[in-house]
Amino acid sequence: MLTFTRRRLAAVAVVAATALLGTTACGGGDDAAADGPITLTVDVFGQFGYADLYQEYMASHPGVKIVERGTGGNLDEYSPKLTQWLAAGKGAGDVVAIEEGLLVEYKANPQNFVNLLDHGAADLKGNFLDWKWNQGLTADGKQLIGLGTDVGGMAMCYRTDLFAKAGLPTDREAVSKLWPTWQDYIKVGEQFTAKKTGASFLDAATNTFNTILLQTAGNSSGYSYYDTGNNLVVGSNPAVKQAYDTTMDIIDSGLSGKYGSWSEEWVSAFKQSKFATVACPAWMTGVIEGYAGAGAKGKWDIAQVPGNGGNWGGSFLAVPKQSKHQAEAIELAKFLTSAKGQIGAFKAKGPLPSSPQALDDPAILDSKNAYFSEAPVGKIFATGAKSLKPVYMGPKNQAVRTEVENAVRSVELGKRSPEQGWTDAVSKAEKAAAK
Amino acid sequence: MAVQLDARPPVAPAPRPTRPGLGNRLSRIDTKYSPYLFIAPFFLLFGVFGAYPLAYTFWVSLHDWDLLGAEHPFIGFDNYTQLLADPDFWHSVVNTLGIFVISTVPQLLAALWLANLLNRQLRARTTWRMAVLIPNVTSTAAVAIVFAVLFGRDFGMINWLLDHVGINAIDWKANRFAAWVAISTMVDWRWTGYNALIFLAAMQAIPRDLYESSAIDGAGRARQFWSITVPLLKPTIIFAVIISTIGGLQLFTEPRMFNSGTNAIRGGPLRESQTVTMYMFENAFAPHYNFGYGSAVAWLLFALIAVVAAINILLLRRLGGASRKEVSR
Repeated sequence: MLTFTRRRLAAVAVVAATALLGTTACGGGDDAAADGPITLTVDVFGQFGYADLYQEYMASHPGVKIVERGTGGNLDEYSPKLTQWLAAGKGAGDVVAIEEGLLVEYKANPQNFVNLLDHGAADLKGNFLDWKWNQGLTADGKQLIGLGTDVGGMAMCYRTDLFAKAGLPTDREAVSKLWPTWQDYIKVGEQFTAKKTGASFLDAATNTFNTILLQTAGNSSGYSYYDTGNNLVVGSNPAVKQAYDTTMDIIDSGLSGKYGSWSEEWVSAFKQSKFATVACPAWMTGVIEGYAGAGAKGKWDIAQVPGNGGNWGGSFLAVPKQSKHQAEAIELAKFLTSAKGQIGAFKAKGPLPSSPQALDDPAILDSKNAYFSEAPVGKIFATGAKSLKPVYMGPKNQAVRTEVENAVRSVELGKRSPEQGWTDAVSKAEKAAAK
Repeated sequence: MAVQLDARPPVAPAPRPTRPGLGNRLSRIDTKYSPYLFIAPFFLLFGVFGAYPLAYTFWVSLHDWDLLGAEHPFIGFDNYTQLLADPDFWHSVVNTLGIFVISTVPQLLAALWLANLLNRQLRARTTWRMAVLIPNVTSTAAVAIVFAVLFGRDFGMINWLLDHVGINAIDWKANRFAAWVAISTMVDWRWTGYNALIFLAAMQAIPRDLYESSAIDGAGRARQFWSITVPLLKPTIIFAVIISTIGGLQLFTEPRMFNSGTNAIRGGPLRESQTVTMYMFENAFAPHYNFGYGSAVAWLLFALIAVVAAINILLLRRLGGASRKEVSR
């Protein structure tokens, strides 16, 4: 019983403190302040770069306190947690980040989320790239689940120090010219490997595979594992096979360090400078900075991605139905996904805006990233962003992608031949899609 | 601080002279029913946190239950028939049994040997006895993270040591058997000391005079161990084996933390170290979110544990050799 009274005491203390705060907070004149401050929880993964925006929002909304959870976390741990919260009807934040791969699953069960169209979101359509806006809509177009945050425009991040060691050019323009195509990239990789720098040319075949696939699919049919009629086409879509074959060439040439992406080894390899290039969607720049650490500042740079463009990832902010402060949460989500919010996030951690206004903003176009040797990230990522070609994702995209990437990985680790790997990818993807 | 385990039944209270009246009846009711009252909290808690989830899981397993879906159609035993024909499920069963055997057999033998050592006259006996329990009070996740780093392919200490003696680096995660061994080490690190203490407690309940008389008959230490200690420990060994079976077949944290990165729940690209509980999670949560199928895995795991525990008991009964009656006078 002791704990009970204690908790009660704590509750009384909180209420008292709240009342005090409420009476002392004078500026702003926000309505929410009248009911005492509320706490809005924002669930994210990785780096969304919202810290300063929260401060700004809290300053203009004295009745709101914002707490962010999950910063720096792995998407693979975040997604099941969020799904469990939604299924249990309890536990999710007031605003939740949803990665585009998971959004597909959530769109099939939209009853878990507030329909943002009922809360004046329709007026915001012009603030987002068309395809980004449409991704947030359910199939019938009647419910908007999420407002877009970022898109994953593609580049190639590389280590200038390792390139210099291998006698390759280090200037980003010159490096971009080295690899107009993926075959050129492989050739550069072979040159690099021959110099025995002690580092591999790239981190892991799976990330590169996904990059090539999204690029190839975006430039051809516009879909990867599922066609737009939601039929599984892993075995028949030439884009998948083409990406698979190119990845096999990379593996054959011994370019991969085989550090399973997002694993402990992968993180250690970042710290110990064990690979020279990594496929780099805009949001990856923040990840690299986090993992490679301050010691590698100025040793990374950003060049054009081989092939042409492509989009990988990007997220949305949604408000779960279970939130107790839906109206306030929606306001916050609108603020964070506004052009201004997206510019702030980009400057903090690098996620590329999905708002055309933000992409045109000089603050973005002129921005440079000090960590990446002052690379003009605004120019590199933002110029191509408006012409990005999105890739359609079907209902079981996540499960299917997992099977195909693990097939790639089993070849990379020498456990399967490329032919066996392909057979595995197709058959296991079919099984996963049926589950 | 010696651990004592008294297996003798408590001495029955002497029957009191009967006294008529209400007080007597109340006290009779008291003696008759209050024990049930005392154990009721356990059964209440078990009902809420054990039996109910068990039944609910079974109910879920009979449905096509998308974790987020609004509707869950009833499909009878379809999940079970599908599961019995699912090679990935059987693959995880083999992994679990493999890890279970590799970890439990050496672990119980080592625990027995350790208990025997601790049962001797040692200096700072209590310190030693407490020391073997230290790995057990460390958090599983912490142990698993440290071991996962030790067993790293490129930056791990084990491979670094192997390299010094001229053995090529082993990819502990991508090699199925190596992964089993690595995970078994974690399990043994945690549980050997714990089982040793259980054995030690039982050893201390063995009457000293048995050893004395056998010594007079000329039995050495080894003979005493195999002919007196082990047979008399049989009930405890059975207990330890059943507990290890339940724990071993539900193994989750160690293999889960051993794997990291994208889809760690898979236990490697070819599911090298995926246990049944991990397979259950993979299906019930990301990436499949098929709660019904995951629940069916949980129930089959339950059945599997019951079967393996029964086999263990039968084997132990057979192999136990001399029974208690033959030894004690």
